[in-house]
Amino acid sequence: MTATPTRTPAPRAPKLNLIGLEKNAYKGADSTLCNGCGHDSISSRIINAAWEMGLKQEKVVKFSGIGCSSKTPAYFLGMSHGFNSLHGRMPSVATGALVANRTLIGIGVSGDGDTASIGIGQFKHLVRRNVPMVYIVENNGVYGLTKGQFSATADQGQKLKYAGTNPYMPLDVCLEALAANATFVARSFAGDAKQLEALLKAAIAHKGLAVLDVISPCVTFNNHDESTKSYAFGKENETPLHDLSFVPSFEQIEIDEYDDETEVQLHDGSWLVLKKLDEHYDPTDKHLAYRTLEDARKQQKLLTGIFYIEPETPNFLDILQMTETPLAHLPEAQTRPGRAALEKLMAEL
Amino acid sequence: MSVIVQEPQAEQVSQLIYNDFNINVATANGSGSQTSNNMLIRSLYKMGIPVTGKNLFPSNIQGLPTWYNIRLSKDGYLARRERVEIMICMNGATVAEDMASVEPGGIILYDDTLPIADHRKDVKFYPMPVRELVKAANLPYNLQRYIANMVYVGVAAYLLEIEMDEIKDALAWNFGGKTKPIELNWGMVTAAYDWAKANLTNDQPYRVRRMTGFNEGTLLVDGNTASALGAIFAGFTFAAWYPITPSTSIAESLADYAAKLRRDPETQKATYAIVQAEDELAAIGMVMGAGWAGARAMTATSGPGISLMSEFVGYGYFAEIPAVIWDVQRMGPSTGLPTRTSQGDLLAAHTLGHGDGRHPVLIPADPTECFEMAGTAFDLAERLQTPVFVLSDLDIGMNIWITKKFEYPEKPLDRGKVLSAEQLAKFKDEHNGQRWGRYLDVDGDGIPYRTLPGTDHPGAAYFTRGTGHTEYATYSERPHDWEKNMLRLAHKFETARKLVPAPVVDEVEGASIGIISMGSNHPAIIEARARLREQGIETSYLRVRALPINDAVRAFVEKYDKVYIVENNRDGQLYEILLVDLHEVGYKLVSVAKCDGLPLSARWITEQIAK
Repeated sequence: MTATPTRTPAPRAPKLNLIGLEKNAYKGADSTLCNGCGHDSISSRIINAAWEMGLKQEKVVKFSGIGCSSKTPAYFLGMSHGFNSLHGRMPSVATGALVANRTLIGIGVSGDGDTASIGIGQFKHLVRRNVPMVYIVENNGVYGLTKGQFSATADQGQKLKYAGTNPYMPLDVCLEALAANATFVARSFAGDAKQLEALLKAAIAHKGLAVLDVISPCVTFNNHDESTKSYAFGKENETPLHDLSFVPSFEQIEIDEYDDETEVQLHDGSWLVLKKLDEHYDPTDKHLAYRTLEDARKQQKLLTGIFYIEPETPNFLDILQMTETPLAHLPEAQTRPGRAALEKLMAEL
Repeated sequence: MSVIVQEPQAEQVSQLIYNDFNINVATANGSGSQTSNNMLIRSLYKMGIPVTGKNLFPSNIQGLPTWYNIRLSKDGYLARRERVEIMICMNGATVAEDMASVEPGGIILYDDTLPIADHRKDVKFYPMPVRELVKAANLPYNLQRYIANMVYVGVAAYLLEIEMDEIKDALAWNFGGKTKPIELNWGMVTAAYDWAKANLTNDQPYRVRRMTGFNEGTLLVDGNTASALGAIFAGFTFAAWYPITPSTSIAESLADYAAKLRRDPETQKATYAIVQAEDELAAIGMVMGAGWAGARAMTATSGPGISLMSEFVGYGYFAEIPAVIWDVQRMGPSTGLPTRTSQGDLLAAHTLGHGDGRHPVLIPADPTECFEMAGTAFDLAERLQTPVFVLSDLDIGMNIWITKKFEYPEKPLDRGKVLSAEQLAKFKDEHNGQRWGRYLDVDGDGIPYRTLPGTDHPGAAYFTRGTGHTEYATYSERPHDWEKNMLRLAHKFETARKLVPAPVVDEVEGASIGIISMGSNHPAIIEARARLREQGIETSYLRVRALPINDAVRAFVEKYDKVYIVENNRDGQLYEILLVDLHEVGYKLVSVAKCDGLPLSARWITEQIAK
């Protein structure tokens, strides 16, 4: 049951990727986060995924809010523009930038405070608009930069050194995303390199907003074994919904029929292959996604994988019906109507 | 019909008063009176008469008192005037005070079902059988209430001798040529006119007559429409907004006109995007993202909106991102008077955000300047790489004004210092071996060069942040780096001083008094100066059109013994700014400030200066 589908060829990693770059070229500045931080693992996975997919960094824009997680865009894809915005406000900035230049590939990194507390409103509207980008929540249930306060995703009853015991129920980022009509909802664990990378690639290939809630332990403030956001808990309790493979569109692979697999073709022609661990799980069934997430929450299970995907919903750029040329590059001749137009409309006033 | 028989007049009206009086229409909001009032103004405007309309409306959908003040001035004075000669009473809730407010010698047209508390002897009453006329017109039930307001248009047209053809044309214009509503409304106007002609003795002195010399070369338009058109002709490509009175109609006009004027001729696709955001924080965040990525990005809001935008505006100042923010001011603080005008956001807009920072502020005085400054604001924002405010107000934004025709913008768009991949590759050679740094000032004007995301050059990327940074956009907490950057931003602000619109100065030889004002006070200042001249007081006048101020303002103040700073707020915010900038001559400045939600009147200004 747990065997990985073998259709994705895993040849020895070549030194150069499709566009002739070494993996090192996808690095950023040195991380200043604590040693062992889950966030750094995620940055490495982003570097790997981008390199393997042959992303042109000049076409990528990185967005973040404020917090430990939001610092990380400085640590990957050094040849991409980055916008480290305000606390909880990355969604609006990303929306504006991606509308201004529709050819950009957006990767946003946020945290649980940034997304589920101060930024829950903007997050939900970003989801609702289906702005085409990857939205990663590096979720550790705690405020690191201000040294250890509870965030809105902290477990009820969780204890922290300074903050005491958390009396409130947590918000579940994936459930919030689903309720806001997300078209791609997934969860992973910073310690699960293989799954996270497959999810990142699928998220990048998705044509709408892809929400990736990544449990990323805080080694300094929230790594008690009983926390659902600790390494120990993650390692012991991670239950993948399926084994995941991502087949990029440039790998012309025959997809064979397997009884226990679901394949989802993404808009760019790539394939997401889910080998079911739970034979009933269908990632296009929204009711099932709700129920599965709610059950996992009740059972305190770290369920990972793709909960829901809907590849065909029009994204925000489709809805806006803009010219192919990005707004940012339209010449004056196209953005300033002529003299006759002004005369005509003044005559009509 | 309950016609009150006029008391017999001892003599005929000896002298008729042409084109120089004030009409006040009292209705309940949501009753559709806006169309009737617009028809009156438009007809008068088309007859060549200088006319202005001020809508005093409540923050409410339906049923609360609303007044619409229509001033005719043969001499071309278009400020709000306090005195009322002709009162049109359509609202029982305010009828007593409305009737009491008319000047002696004035007239009152009233819905004849309203009670009359005091039969004043010094005014003339004209009843209008609104209910009977509406009943006789056999209107569709759902339209009766709206079309009923056309009764006062018809009666006023008879008494004042407004040309009926102009009213008909105005209706055709208003309803975009749609036959049915034109016929229904026109039918009501003519029925009321005919009734008045048959039943009223026109023994009152107020008349209108066609004239020339003032309205030629003008438009009749509200400022928000002009602002939107200005943005469209200034090549805006992105707007994000959140509904708030009195700015909403900027975004709505933008959407209406852009849909017609800004489509690719071949594909019909939009050359712009307009997003209604979830709140003002998101609106300005989107504008920041879009401006950063190379769009000409704007938002339109009012006072409470700029409060919410404060954090992002500070970010934009520090991270150097172009953005245009229209603040159509209403009366604050807090929710304040949401449907009343004010100039109370000047200090807030100029200094918005925590820490040090100053933002350029443009201050249009009429719809024509709204049109022009929409373009100026984009050019400045992109040239200076910073948020730029345009401070309009409810009076300009939502009232219709007679205003100079818009001039087609001749100057090419200024997109500022943006490096293409090719320019970036040559940067070092062209700048004495200096490599490009996002926050490096190589030209000595405080303005660095930027690259846009997507620029196809491996060295184009930089990391935009609200935290301390070096000239090369790397993170830094070093005191020297911080201060150097902040001093450069201050230097950039000095550059802005030279680029923003200069003040408009009208100097009179022999005057010892100066007046400085801004924005929508302009018509009242013009009139106040004329009144002061009648009293033997000559004045010179400087109208500030932007912050930061330039040397012309100092030179003006130096010339006069006393300079009155006239503004529509409580604290004298322009006065405070000038007092700091011109502290050596600050003793000459006198604050003349008022905030009651209404546009300033010439009478009040005159009193303040003459006393």
